[in-house]
Amino acid sequence: MNFDLSALRQEFPFFSAHPEWIYLDNAATLHKPQAVFDAMNEFYRSQNSNVHRSAHGLSQQATTAFETARTTVAQFLNARFSHEIIWTSGTTAGFNQLVFGLMGPVLQSGDRVLISSMEHHANIVPWHIHALPFGVELDVVPLTADHRFDMAAFEELLQLKPKVVSISHVSNALGHIQQVADIVRLAKAAGAIVVLDGAQGIVWQRIDVQALDVDFYLFSGHKLYGPTGIGVLYGKTRYLALLRPLLGGGEMIKTVSFTQSSWNDLPYRLEAGTPNIAAAVGLGAAILWLQQQDLTAFQQHKTALVQRFYDGCKQIPLLDLLSGPTTNAGIVALNLKNEHPADLATLLDQQNIAVRAGTHCAMPLFNTMNVKGSVRFSFACYNSFDEVDRTLAALTTAVELLSE
Amino acid sequence: MIRPDIFTKTAVVLKNIYDKQLPELRQTKDWQGKYRILMTLGKELPAFDIEWHRDEFLVQGCESKAWLLHYQDPITARHFWAFDSDARIVKGLIILLLVQLNGLTAEQLAEATPELLLSELQLQQNISLSRSNGLLAVLNKIKAVI
Repeated sequence: MNFDLSALRQEFPFFSAHPEWIYLDNAATLHKPQAVFDAMNEFYRSQNSNVHRSAHGLSQQATTAFETARTTVAQFLNARFSHEIIWTSGTTAGFNQLVFGLMGPVLQSGDRVLISSMEHHANIVPWHIHALPFGVELDVVPLTADHRFDMAAFEELLQLKPKVVSISHVSNALGHIQQVADIVRLAKAAGAIVVLDGAQGIVWQRIDVQALDVDFYLFSGHKLYGPTGIGVLYGKTRYLALLRPLLGGGEMIKTVSFTQSSWNDLPYRLEAGTPNIAAAVGLGAAILWLQQQDLTAFQQHKTALVQRFYDGCKQIPLLDLLSGPTTNAGIVALNLKNEHPADLATLLDQQNIAVRAGTHCAMPLFNTMNVKGSVRFSFACYNSFDEVDRTLAALTTAVELLSE
Repeated sequence: MIRPDIFTKTAVVLKNIYDKQLPELRQTKDWQGKYRILMTLGKELPAFDIEWHRDEFLVQGCESKAWLLHYQDPITARHFWAFDSDARIVKGLIILLLVQLNGLTAEQLAEATPELLLSELQLQQNISLSRSNGLLAVLNKIKAVI
C-alpha cells in the first residue's frame, strides 16, 4: 500500500463518529473528507448569496465560487470548455435531462438506442418515460456467462445502427468494469452518439473525456467523496447545444413574453432554477482533495481488498459469487444458496457491517442472471484489510446461523 | 381458490407462537439467540400455495416480498390473516405483528400498536424508518382492512 491508511481515515469524520461500524456500502454513497465540509461551511458562513443574479458584490463572490467549482470539474474531466459541465442533482436527473433533450433534435420515431443488461434503472427508466412512447426502440447488450459485457454481441447489435449507445462505465451491482475505450470507439465508428454512465466509474479512474472521445458522461457528486444533491452531465458542446431543456424557469432563459421564451446559452440553458450552489462548491472541494491523492494507489488498494474478500468467501461453503475479482472496481455481489439476500444482510447489520441487499436498482440484470437479488459488499479507498477479515468472520457467523 | 382452512390453521400456529416462542424471545438476550428463534417461526406456518403469490396479495418491500391474505368472520366480525414472505427474518417479524393482531375486531385493530413489541425485543428499532424490509407496508395493509 502506497499511502497511510490511518492518516487517510482521519480525514473522514464519519469513522471517528462511528468506530463500531464497518462501512461496505460505498457504491451507495461514499463518506466525505473534512475538506468538503469545510468548503461548504465556509460558503454558507461567508459567501452565501444567489448566483448570476444580484448586482451586489456578495453575489459576485458566490458566483465566483460556484463557477470555480465548474472549472474544477471541467479540468478534472479534461473537458474542452467549462460550459460543457452541466450541474444536475445527480446521475438520475442528468439522464432524465439527457433523454428528454435528445428526443426530437436527435431521436425520432423508429430510431434505436442501445443499452446493456447491467444498466442501473437511471439508464433504463428515462428511456421508458421520454423515448419509447415516441416510437424509439431499445436494444440490450446481453451478459456473458461470467456476467460481463458481451463485446461480440455488442458489435453485432451495432449493425442495427443505433443513434445512441448508453452504457455504464462500471456495473453498480457487480463492480465489473466495462472496456469503455473499445465501446466508445466501436459505437462511434457505427455512427452513434455515445453516453457513459459514470456513477460508479468516476471514483475508480480518472476520465479524460477528450482522449476517450465520449459524447456524454454523467456522474453524482456523492459517489465521488462530495455532497448529495449535486451531479454532472458532461457533454460535447455540439451535442449539448441540441438538447431541449427539461426544466424551464430561472437562469435558463434569455427573454420571456407571455407567448414565448428564448433560452440562455450553455451551460445555463440546462440549469433551470437556483442551483445547489453549496453542493457544487462541495464537489469542487472533493475533486481538489482527490487530486492530491494517489489514485493509482487507491486502485491497487481496492483491487487487493476485493481479492482478499473474494478469496475469503471462497472458503465459506454455499456462497454463490456473482462478481469476479478481476477488472472489478471494488464490488463483490454474492448470495447464500437457497437463502434470501435480505436475511444475510440483516444478520450482517446485527454485527455492524453495512451492506446493501436487493436488486440494487438493476432489476433487469437480476432477471437476466435469474437470481432474486444479492448482498453487495462495496469497498472504498479507506477500507482496511482488517475490516475485510472482520467482515469475513461476520459473514461466516451469518451463514452458520442461516444454515442451522 | 383460497381454502378457508388456511386462516384457521394459521390462527392455531400464531396462538402457539404467542404462548411458547414469544416468552422465549423475551428471555433471550443475545442477538444470535433471538434471530435463531425468529428464523424458525415461519417454519410452523401452514403451507402457502404458490398460486397465492399474486399481485393482488403482494406487499412489496425494497428487498423482499410478502403476500397477505385476509378473512373477516361474518358472525364475529373478527379479522384473520394468512401470509407468506420470501425472506425468513421478515417472515418472523410479520409473525410477531400478527400474533398480536390476528382475530381482533376493527375497534381493537384501530388501537393496536404491535410494532412496540419489535422495539421492545430489540429486533426493529423504528418500523417507520426502515421501509426497506416492507414491514411498515405490511402493517399498513393489515390496518387498511378496518
